[in-house]
Amino acid sequence: MRMLLRRLSLYVVTAWVAITANFILPRLMPGNPVETLIGQLQGRVSPQQVRAIQLAFGMGLKQNIVQQYFGYLGQLMHGHLGVSITLSAPVSSILRSAVPWTVGLIGVSTILSFLVGTIAGTMLGWTRGSRFDSLIPLTTFFQAVPYFFLGTVMLLIFGSNLHWFPVLGAYSSNLNPGWSWAFVFSLIRYGELPVLTIVLSSVAGWMLGMRNMMITMVAEDFVLMAVAKGLPRRKVIMHAARNAVLPSVANLSLAIGLVVSGALLVELVFNYPGVGNLLLQAVLNEDYPLIQGIFLVITMTVLAANLLADVMYFVLDPRTRTEAAV
Amino acid sequence: MSAVQIPKSPKVILGASIIGFFTLMMIVGPYLAPYDPSATNFAPNLTPSASHWLGTTSLGQDIMSQLLTGARATMVVALVAGLVATFLAIAVGVAAGYLGGRADDGLSLLSNVFLAIPGLPLLIVIDSYLPSGERSNAFVIGLIISLTGWAWGARVLRAQTMSLRNRDFVEASRIIGESRTRIMVAEIAPNLLPVLASSLLFTILYSIGAYVTLAYVGLTSTSVWNWGTMLYWAQANNAPLSNEWYWFVPPGICIALVGTGLALVNFGIDEFINPRLREGGLSARQRRRIGMPRRPRLGFTPVRRLPETITRLSTMEPR
Repeated sequence: MRMLLRRLSLYVVTAWVAITANFILPRLMPGNPVETLIGQLQGRVSPQQVRAIQLAFGMGLKQNIVQQYFGYLGQLMHGHLGVSITLSAPVSSILRSAVPWTVGLIGVSTILSFLVGTIAGTMLGWTRGSRFDSLIPLTTFFQAVPYFFLGTVMLLIFGSNLHWFPVLGAYSSNLNPGWSWAFVFSLIRYGELPVLTIVLSSVAGWMLGMRNMMITMVAEDFVLMAVAKGLPRRKVIMHAARNAVLPSVANLSLAIGLVVSGALLVELVFNYPGVGNLLLQAVLNEDYPLIQGIFLVITMTVLAANLLADVMYFVLDPRTRTEAAV
Repeated sequence: MSAVQIPKSPKVILGASIIGFFTLMMIVGPYLAPYDPSATNFAPNLTPSASHWLGTTSLGQDIMSQLLTGARATMVVALVAGLVATFLAIAVGVAAGYLGGRADDGLSLLSNVFLAIPGLPLLIVIDSYLPSGERSNAFVIGLIISLTGWAWGARVLRAQTMSLRNRDFVEASRIIGESRTRIMVAEIAPNLLPVLASSLLFTILYSIGAYVTLAYVGLTSTSVWNWGTMLYWAQANNAPLSNEWYWFVPPGICIALVGTGLALVNFGIDEFINPRLREGGLSARQRRRIGMPRRPRLGFTPVRRLPETITRLSTMEPR
C-alpha cells in the first residue's frame, strides 16, 4: 500500500508542476504577445476574443501575480480552462468532444501492443538463438520510424492505393454517431489502420524487454525445478513469463507517455477527431488557451493511466504489497 | 573499457556502419548537395531522373539537395540535445544514487516528475511560446528537447550507481580513505560507462524523433532544412495522397535508418552488460564452432566468452 501511496503523491506533485508551468510559461513570453496576436488577427477580433487573449497571458488583470495564481487554480478546480481564441467556445467543452476519441484510440492500441509484444517476447525468449531472432532488427526499424511517417506510408499503401481500409476520419460520414451496429462497425473499420500504426511502432519495445527478461528468467533455478517436476512445457513457460513480465508492467507507466506523444500525431495523419488533431490546429492558429487546456488534459489523463498501471503491478506482484519497493 | 570489448556481432557492425554513414552525411552533406535546396527554379513535381535523383517538389525544389542539406541540422540538434540531456542525467542520476538519503529523494522526485509528464505535449507547449526568431536556432531547440529527455537516463544511472555503491571494491576504497569525489570519478564512473553509452544512444534517438516531430508540426522554422521540414512541406502539399513517394519517403527512411543504427549498437552494449543475451546474435554455425549447444538448454544459458574481457567482466556481473 505504501508503494501505491508514494506513486499517488508523485502524480499529485507532477500535476502541480504541470499546472504551474502552464501558469508561468505564458507570463515569461517576451514582448507584448497580446498585441502581436491581436495584430495577426487583423482587426477581425471581437471584444470577447481580446479578453480571452489577455486572460491567457495574464494581462489586463488588476491582481498581483500571487492572486492571479490562486485565481487560476480556483478556475481549474471548477473545470474552467479558459476560452478558445479561434473557436470562441470554452476550452473544456471543446475538449469534452475530443478526449473520448483519443482515449479510445490510444487505450486500445496500447493494450493490443502490450499483449502482442509480451506474448511474442515470451516466445522469442523461450526459443532464443533460433531463426526468429532475426525478427528483432526488423521490429527495431519499425520502432525507429516516427509514428506519423509510418502512418503516412500505411495510409498511402493500404488506404488510398489498395483500398483495404477506409481512411480519414473516425467513422463513415453518412452515419450519425450513436449505438447502432452500423456505427460501431464503421468505428472499428476506420480505427483499424491508426491502431495498426501505433501497434507496429510501439510493439518492439515490449517484445525486446520481455525477450531479454525471459532469457534471464529461464536461467533461474525455479524454472529448472519446474521442468524437473515434469510440468508440461506450457506451464513452465507461464511460470517464467509471469515473473519476466514484471519489469514490463513496471515500465508500462513510463511507456504510456511515449506512446501518447507518438499517437497524437497519428491522429493528424488519419484526420482522427481527437485531442492530437486539436492540439496541432491550436498550435497552427496560436490559440494559446486551447494549447494550455489540451496540455493539462493530456497530462492528467496520462497520470491517471500511470496510476492504473501501478495498481496492475501491485496486483501482479505480491512482493510490492509487503515491501516499500520502487 | 574500450570499444574493442563491445561484442562484434553482425548487429553491432551494421549499426555502427549506419551511424558512420550518416555522420559523414552530416559533415559533408551540405557540400555534396547538387543544387540550392530552397531554389525553386526547376519544373515542379518531376519524378526521379539522372539530373534530379529524387525528383523535385511541387515548388520545383531539388529533393536530393534538401535531403543532403537537411542531414546536418537533424543530426546536430540530435547531438546537442543528446549530449546536454546525458550531462543532466549524469549530474542528477549519479548524485542521487551515490548520495542517497534526502538528496536522493529530492532528485528522484525531480526526474520522476519529468518522466511522468508526457514529453511531446510539453515540448509543443514550450516551443509554441518561443518567439519565431528562436525557432530557427538549432541550439535553442536542442536545449528544450534535452529538458524533456534527460529523466530516463537519470533513472537508469541512479539504479546502476546504487548497485555499484555497495560493491566490495567501492567499500574497499572507502575504507582506505579515498575522497568521495575520487570514488565517484575513479571507481564508480568507469563501471557506469556501458549504461551511460546506452542512455546516450537512447537520448539521441529520442531527440531525433522529437526534433523531426516539432519540424513536421511546423513548430521550427520552415526555412531551415531538416528531414522534419521536408516531411512538413510534403504533407502540406499533399504529397502522400498524390503518390509522390519520392518526396516524403526518403527523409522518413533516413530518420528510421539512423534510429535503427543507434538501436543496433545499443543491443551490443546490452549484450556487453548482460552476457546472457550474448549468444542471441550468433548464427547456428558460429554457435557450433565455439561449442555451444544447438538448442538452448534450460537452467543454463551459455555465455560466450570474449578472451580479453573476462577479467573486466567479472567486475560487471551482478551478484
